[in-house]
Amino acid sequence: MEYLLEIKDLKTSFYTDEGVVHAVNGISYGLKEGEVLGVVGESGCGKSVHALSIMRLIPDPPGKIEKGEVLFDGRDLLKLSVSEIRHIRGAQIAMVFQDPMTCLNPVFSIGFQITEALVLHRGMDQAEANKRAAELLTLVGIPAASQRLNDYPHQFSGGMRQRAMLAMAISCDPKLLIADEPTTALDVTIQAQIVDLVKRLQQELGMAVMWITHDLGVVADIAKRVNVMYAGYIVERGPVRDIFKHPRHPYTLGLLGSLPRIDEVHGTKLISIPGLPPDLILLPKGCPFAERCPYVIEKCVAEMPPLEATDEPEHIVACWRWREISGGATR
Amino acid sequence: MMANTTALMQVRNLKKYFPIYAGAFFPRHVGDVKAVDDVSFDIYKGETLGLVGETGSGKTTVGRTILRLYEPTAGQVSFDGIDVYGLSESQMSKIRLRMQMIFQDPYASLNPRMTVGSIVAAPLEVHKVASGKVKGKRIDDLLDMVGLNPEFVNRYPHEFSGGQRQRIGIARALAVNPDLIICDEPISSLDVSIQAQVVNLLEELQQQLGLTYLFIAHDLSMVRHISDRIAVMYLGKIMELADRDEIYIRPLHPYTQALISAVPVPDPDVAENRKRVILQGDIPNPANPPVGCNFNTRCPFAEDVCFKVDPDFQEIQPGHWSACHFSERFIRHPVEVQPTPV
Repeated sequence: MEYLLEIKDLKTSFYTDEGVVHAVNGISYGLKEGEVLGVVGESGCGKSVHALSIMRLIPDPPGKIEKGEVLFDGRDLLKLSVSEIRHIRGAQIAMVFQDPMTCLNPVFSIGFQITEALVLHRGMDQAEANKRAAELLTLVGIPAASQRLNDYPHQFSGGMRQRAMLAMAISCDPKLLIADEPTTALDVTIQAQIVDLVKRLQQELGMAVMWITHDLGVVADIAKRVNVMYAGYIVERGPVRDIFKHPRHPYTLGLLGSLPRIDEVHGTKLISIPGLPPDLILLPKGCPFAERCPYVIEKCVAEMPPLEATDEPEHIVACWRWREISGGATR
Repeated sequence: MMANTTALMQVRNLKKYFPIYAGAFFPRHVGDVKAVDDVSFDIYKGETLGLVGETGSGKTTVGRTILRLYEPTAGQVSFDGIDVYGLSESQMSKIRLRMQMIFQDPYASLNPRMTVGSIVAAPLEVHKVASGKVKGKRIDDLLDMVGLNPEFVNRYPHEFSGGQRQRIGIARALAVNPDLIICDEPISSLDVSIQAQVVNLLEELQQQLGLTYLFIAHDLSMVRHISDRIAVMYLGKIMELADRDEIYIRPLHPYTQALISAVPVPDPDVAENRKRVILQGDIPNPANPPVGCNFNTRCPFAEDVCFKVDPDFQEIQPGHWSACHFSERFIRHPVEVQPTPV
């Protein structure tokens, strides 16, 4: 078996009063065991919805996974019964969310919330679970862990809550950790701590990590492979160096250009992408980026380009004109 | 963006404490949150001064207190030679014509029941700057200036995206032809590609209109991009202030060093090779700051003196201010935190 997680033609929509929101529009990719994948894109590009679809956490209604397969260890998660998927969630695939304030239950102690999964998935008794929970908190860098088990979430700072969430996520040795913007709500010095921690945990435990973010800087630091998403499509995918050094999709190029860099030379002007992302209810027939794209031709408006291989190994892109967009990103 | 060195605004020993009360029936004053604690700096005419800091560092409170949206606890602010805190309410209203603000949240800072036209017109009406046809023309010009179609005057804020709303906020701030605009995290709630649009707009407007900005943000790379000089705040105090390049190449305060090294760089090669200073712990509670230097709980270089004596904020080199006992040492032995461009 080549992939730990293989997604085939996944499509998720939301049926709202205004119309059908096409959040994820047929994406396919594979994630190997122990691999760190970065998923990048702006608000509404479908990066979170696709992760929630993998975990079967899409609220239905209004959401619906229209079609596709999510093969995890060879089993299609979309075909499992509710009780079967519960054995996967938390035990084999764990997830950390953006806002650690709302993800922890304020009326239960941190210790209780960590041991819950251990008792449920690992069949430990409470004493055993408490011991393991203290070990986990130490592992994620919370000092005096056994005393802090009785603390409630409000007694933890934002960074510590995110550490507690990570302790919870890794408690059952998952094969895959999905981190959905885990550092977006944190300050940069705390973000650096968390990124460092996840890198260390990933190496020690050997799990695969899917890191979802809009911050290209964090992706460059942590990921080995990157999916760039736009309007529910993967528009470019490849090894992290290729994506940053030789982006082939005009959107990736634009995203990199619109970032100021801490090491930039004075007087560099930011290259902004004009316009706005498309309305996901009224998706255009052709390429969703066509309206904002400086390279647009008639064919782009008429037909969505397929993901095709570039001249670099494992680097794929969905653009009719990728051959003309080479290496232009180095400023 | 050639800034001269005449101060448009001088801030001296500014303090803003928020009192804490305890007791349900007979509340007693039990302490203060020292949001801004003895801060001094100048804003030069035509420059952009970046004010960076983490959550709770007091950067927004500085912005609001110098506009007198909060009354200060102590300190002086002079704007173009006028003592701001000595003014009466009506005099203050006049001077506000020259100082405007752009807010962080473009959803909360625009009244959902007002049309774009009436939002932008509000400052013109309040200050009785323009009325009738002149006002209408001015609104059209302002919308055009910020890149919005003047035909949108009768639309409501909910019809616009975040970036467009921020443009409306900018048009409102520009309406009365201010000299100084305080930009309080104007881009932090926007997507990356939209951030660049708004920053480019702010830069163009500065060149056209000769504006002075105080740009408050937590995003160091964006602050470096837009600013001429940068002040770094931590727990109510300015830790370091210098020219944009100077502060990145030769940071003299350990907090600035850590902050710069924590910023992610969108380049895998740089990310792999750079040395990082990862700070331990969190920012302390501003109601109960540490004795001595504010940064001593997280500082990798802290020595005995740091736990006893609060270092002065002093000019170490011309134009380069720092509040650390060991700034001199960092001149002799620079700490390299600046990632090298590849």
